[in-house]
Amino acid sequence: MKRFTLAAFTAGALFGTGLAMSGMTDPRRVLGFLDLFGAFDPTLLFVLGGAVATTMLLFRFVLRRGSPVLAESFHVSNLSHIDRRLLGGAAIFGVGWGLAGYCPGPALAGLGVVSSEATWFVPAMIAGLLLQRLVATRPLTPRG
Amino acid sequence: MTPAWMLALAGGVLIGLAATLLLWLNGRIAGISGILDGVLSPRRGELAWRVAFLVGLVAAAGAYMALVPGAPQPRTDFPRVGLVVAGLLVGFGTRMGNGCTSGHGVCGIGRLSQRSIVAVLTFMGVAIVTTFVVRHLWSWP
Repeated sequence: MKRFTLAAFTAGALFGTGLAMSGMTDPRRVLGFLDLFGAFDPTLLFVLGGAVATTMLLFRFVLRRGSPVLAESFHVSNLSHIDRRLLGGAAIFGVGWGLAGYCPGPALAGLGVVSSEATWFVPAMIAGLLLQRLVATRPLTPRG
Repeated sequence: MTPAWMLALAGGVLIGLAATLLLWLNGRIAGISGILDGVLSPRRGELAWRVAFLVGLVAAAGAYMALVPGAPQPRTDFPRVGLVVAGLLVGFGTRMGNGCTSGHGVCGIGRLSQRSIVAVLTFMGVAIVTTFVVRHLWSWP
């Protein structure tokens, strides 16, 4: 396997371990956080806090390099405008997230134990993604 | 037993380290919806690393949930129609807004992108309102 592919596999495995360890793979925890007026569960705050604190601290050192270790350049979005597309997309995602408690990572992680919910959610998510491409009027620029 | 909040924090740090590793070595943003999108419409030289990342994620999360005693398990009793509707919205919305919790949240905030911070506040706010409506006004499921 090429080093570039192996590095991506390692990062993915670390990501998946973090998701499972943190409890984000259980949407009850996620909804417990989003439900401010129910039995509040702060788990998500610790997960997002730990993750964002880490990237805020380390990304600056990484991006200070001229280029990544195994590639010629950083593929980072240079978009800066805040438009209806960004806000509309985030809002639609928010409705889906708040409804069932799955965002893309934890939903995919559920496939690792062949979770019955993931086998329904993930194909629908892929259909939604393809549908968006069908109705999109202009091509998407770098991904997030 | 390690307290849940400590495992949550440690898991979060692992997620942050994974995103840092992918940026440092491969120069790519660990945004799950974007990586998945790129698998479905592969461009030359852009497929293998994405598949490898997702396989690693699914396999490692599966191994953890299957092998670690007391590991949180996924829910199993949510109505299927709700899963399908939510899945469609999540897939559609994350592509339209160019990112999800990982791309805009973990990575975007990490590099202080204003766009990402606005996106996170939007989807988190809308998700909180949605959960309130679904659970407390509608009492579903």
